[in-house]
Amino acid sequence: MPAAPGPCPMDPGQMEAALGRLAADLLARVGPGEEVVLLGIRSRGLPLAERLATLLRASTGAAIPVGSLDITLYRDDLTEMVGSPIVRPTEIPFTLKERTVVLVDDVLYTGRTVRAALDALLDHGRPRRVMLLVMADRSGRELPIQADLACLRVEVPPGHRVAVRVKEIDGVDGVSVEAC
Amino acid sequence: MTSERYVFPHKHLLGIEPLSPQDITALLDQAQAFEEVCERPAIKIVPALRKKLVVNLFFENSTRTRNSFEIAEKRLSAEIINFDADTSSLNKGETLVDTAMNLEAMHPDLIVMRHSAPGAHALLARHMKASIVNAGDGAHEHPTQALLDAYTLRKHFGRLEGLRVAIVGDIRNSRVVRSNLWLLTRMGAKVTLVGPPTLVPQEMKATWPSIDISHDFDAIIPKQDAIMMLRAQFERGTGAYIPGQGEYSRYFQLNPARMKQAKRDVVVLHPGPINRGLEITSDVADGPNNLILDQVTNGVPVRMAVLYLLSHPHGEQVP
Repeated sequence: MPAAPGPCPMDPGQMEAALGRLAADLLARVGPGEEVVLLGIRSRGLPLAERLATLLRASTGAAIPVGSLDITLYRDDLTEMVGSPIVRPTEIPFTLKERTVVLVDDVLYTGRTVRAALDALLDHGRPRRVMLLVMADRSGRELPIQADLACLRVEVPPGHRVAVRVKEIDGVDGVSVEAC
Repeated sequence: MTSERYVFPHKHLLGIEPLSPQDITALLDQAQAFEEVCERPAIKIVPALRKKLVVNLFFENSTRTRNSFEIAEKRLSAEIINFDADTSSLNKGETLVDTAMNLEAMHPDLIVMRHSAPGAHALLARHMKASIVNAGDGAHEHPTQALLDAYTLRKHFGRLEGLRVAIVGDIRNSRVVRSNLWLLTRMGAKVTLVGPPTLVPQEMKATWPSIDISHDFDAIIPKQDAIMMLRAQFERGTGAYIPGQGEYSRYFQLNPARMKQAKRDVVVLHPGPINRGLEITSDVADGPNNLILDQVTNGVPVRMAVLYLLSHPHGEQVP
């Protein structure tokens, strides 16, 4: 948990500052000799992971590998879905063995996506440990999963969602709580 | 890249003919995602078809297609039943529909079938709730072969549109050709069919107007980006249409002399099994331009994509 959680909603400047704090918080959690890799959960976790890698490189000088994870095939509701959801590429061109894997996503809500992501990444290798980093940690958990690092923790009334927007996909950065 | 909102609209894969360019692109894009699964260093299995029952129903011999489907099914975590014609009740006189009804009573989700009768799959589709995948029906269609050929070409060239592809040999008796013609012409490739007049029916131009037909391999070879050699199927009656194997090889064999006339970076495909020394010489089949084993490798993710896209019941479906 960051020392000073960010505001909600967030504008692009606040989101950039929040990401900077998140990168610093992550560094503080990493021990000497620990080899960190970032895995962005598609869709919005991936650009967030790439931005964090850039921030981490700026402050440490070390390049941190970034991979992408598509969790579609590991969803717990896959068999009940109408029409097969399109699977997008998973790209992990490095070993996970003995690495510290930081899973990056935009919003932590029910925890089901993260459960699927854990299964998916363990099929790629056995990391030393796995951490979860999200932009927004919102209420409504359905599985015993929590974030190690979050920019924002927010109680969301029923019928509302937390929307994290990233300029790479949405054209603009921002976080807001919206009616569904 | 296929849009996230796209839904594969077909319940069955009876052939390439009913597929739109968008459907073909979606299948090839999904195959790319499954190739990542097949290339993983650790666990090459995903839980996508967990709790789904797949029946492999082969009324005709097949080694590579069946193995490829079975590997694809295992990598998707499906439950698998293999049903072989030689051990089945068909030998006791059961009709195909009765076989289908008996299978239906066990509630399979997907049926992968090879059968010598064109249309056997459509018949099965009418009698069963399961999705039917055509793994070859007579000389009609072999859609997953065409998809893996297209996947291999797209992976190598980055596109299908505008590619010049020669398909050479026993066009008449080949189901691979028909599926490839639907697929390649629909995706904008320029196809030339090559073979002796007796093995290349002229009327194919009526179905696929954009294709060329040639009986002179040497004349067309320099322009091609890809050469797809077909198996001379003497067991299926190729021999009845040509004077002899020596004559066939003289005009239509892909050999080093002909490769010298081709583009330096031409690629050579063959659906297998190869008759070495007949339609293709070993030095070409094993040479630097061949993608023949890549086709075999790519068959698995392509079949995974087919099974995956058919595995979820849709609201509104077209056959």
